[in-house]
Amino acid sequence: MTIALLLIALVILGAAAAAMLSRNLIHSALLLVGAWAGIAAFYLWAGAEFVAFAQALVYVGAVSMVVLFAVLLTRQGATSAPVEFASWRRAVLGLVVAGGVMGVLFGSIMGSPLDVRLPAPPTGISVQQLGLLMMGPYAPALLIVGVLLTVALLGAIVIAAVDKPEDTP
Amino acid sequence: MSPATDHYLERAPLVLRDWIVDLFPATLQWLVHNLITIAVILTVFGLFFAFTTIAERKLLARLQNRLGPNRSGLPWWKNGPKLWGLTQPFADAVKALTKEDVVPAAADKVLHFLAPVLIVAFSLLGFAVLPFGRHLIPVELDAALLYFFAAGAATELAIFMAGWGSRNKYSLLAAMRALAQLISYELPLLLSVVPVVMVVGTLSTKDIAAAQGGWTFGFLPHWHVFTPWGLAAFLIFLVATLAESNRSPFDLPEAESELIAGHLTEYSGFKYALFFMAEYFGLTALSGLGVTLFLGGWQAPCAFLEFIPSWLWFMGKLAGMIVFFIWVRGTLLRLRIDQLTRLSWKFLVPLALLNLGNGAFWALTPDWTGPLALARWGISTAIVVVPFFLLGRRLTAGQAPRSYRYAPS
Repeated sequence: MTIALLLIALVILGAAAAAMLSRNLIHSALLLVGAWAGIAAFYLWAGAEFVAFAQALVYVGAVSMVVLFAVLLTRQGATSAPVEFASWRRAVLGLVVAGGVMGVLFGSIMGSPLDVRLPAPPTGISVQQLGLLMMGPYAPALLIVGVLLTVALLGAIVIAAVDKPEDTP
Repeated sequence: MSPATDHYLERAPLVLRDWIVDLFPATLQWLVHNLITIAVILTVFGLFFAFTTIAERKLLARLQNRLGPNRSGLPWWKNGPKLWGLTQPFADAVKALTKEDVVPAAADKVLHFLAPVLIVAFSLLGFAVLPFGRHLIPVELDAALLYFFAAGAATELAIFMAGWGSRNKYSLLAAMRALAQLISYELPLLLSVVPVVMVVGTLSTKDIAAAQGGWTFGFLPHWHVFTPWGLAAFLIFLVATLAESNRSPFDLPEAESELIAGHLTEYSGFKYALFFMAEYFGLTALSGLGVTLFLGGWQAPCAFLEFIPSWLWFMGKLAGMIVFFIWVRGTLLRLRIDQLTRLSWKFLVPLALLNLGNGAFWALTPDWTGPLALARWGISTAIVVVPFFLLGRRLTAGQAPRSYRYAPS
């Protein structure tokens, strides 16, 4: 089991690292999809069947399309992104932000108890129980996420549906 | 049904598998168990695919008043039996394998290679959760339906890889059109499935098939297609399936006569054949899901026909669905891309959403009996039929019926 986890982690990290190092935006996007699929595999390894399939359906199926379409529609000129940074100021700022994120992540990881021998999680939670939980105690969270996504959708429509004069006959 | 009344043919495939598994040492048994399941799926559906192609060619030929392929006999046997040309798919396979594989010089070699491999792999994954018989289901999952759609989601990625990796304007444009089509019809497909989940109360395909057992008066099966919401969902599912598997009348992605071959332009030889294989696998898997969800799965249509093994019923219904799709291909004309997207977003999605409410209504009123049962059927029918006509009227206003100005009527 541990070997499987290590393999999955290797795939996720390898795909993510290759996505960052690749100078080809499409390759980066596709490698990112590989990393997402790896995360789905991790959920499956952890016994969260429903979350794993939802992750595959949403990220590998839908979000990947959004990313690829965005890359194709916004890409200007050559496929390769510029290799060197624009200025020293930007480079320093980028490093500071990246360091800050890393610090926060490390702080939270180090702050959490690392005893992995927790009592065995209740296995075999059926999708039905999950659905009842989502509709009962966790309904507000579901509703808030739904409202957020609806607002995002409406915003996207408002931005996209600008009637240009030349479009009208 | 109790195991005592089980026909021995019901368990025959399982008995055979267990007998083979027992030949191996205990540590290897789980591996052999899974490998046998995989091998059986690959063989059965590989052969099913082969004979679907010949059935399609012959049926289409008959619909067009031709004979179709009828020449291929047995190899190394001159003037032998012709077998009605049934060996044609094997000759086709040899032809596809021995053809030259042309890769464009400027193509993205990795993606160009990966696309057909991925599309076949992902289109095969769906078969894992289909209940082929009373006891025959490769993998029993609690979230089987979700798995089915999650496995199918990656085919879009493969089409994008094919279009982009070919480094060809036609391929890329056609791939984008194909993606627009797939994404548009994913929504009605998923929405048409949800009422079944609501009424049965589970995502497991095994339980959904089992829930459709039983007969009213001994001959009216309790299949979902024989309820108002089920019929509506099944019709939406059929249209969405046609579009999802790039079948006529939605075969715009590789419309041979107009776009050279869409995202397949730069593919040749066996890679080209792999795309078609994936298309047929996808169609078969979706048809199998349709059979499971709406046509009663492995259930026999009448009580006295139960002596026929359940897996034969399933395969029979599956073949019926495929023949229906071939018939549709021989009958309907191809849509334009704007008609295609309009049909999905303005017609199928609203209807599917209404049908979702219909499914909820049906799930909330199982205790309406007697005259109330009639009201239940009436309300449920009205929920889908009235919007169907209203939407149809509005969308075709000024466009139908078509008047032919130059052709003699």
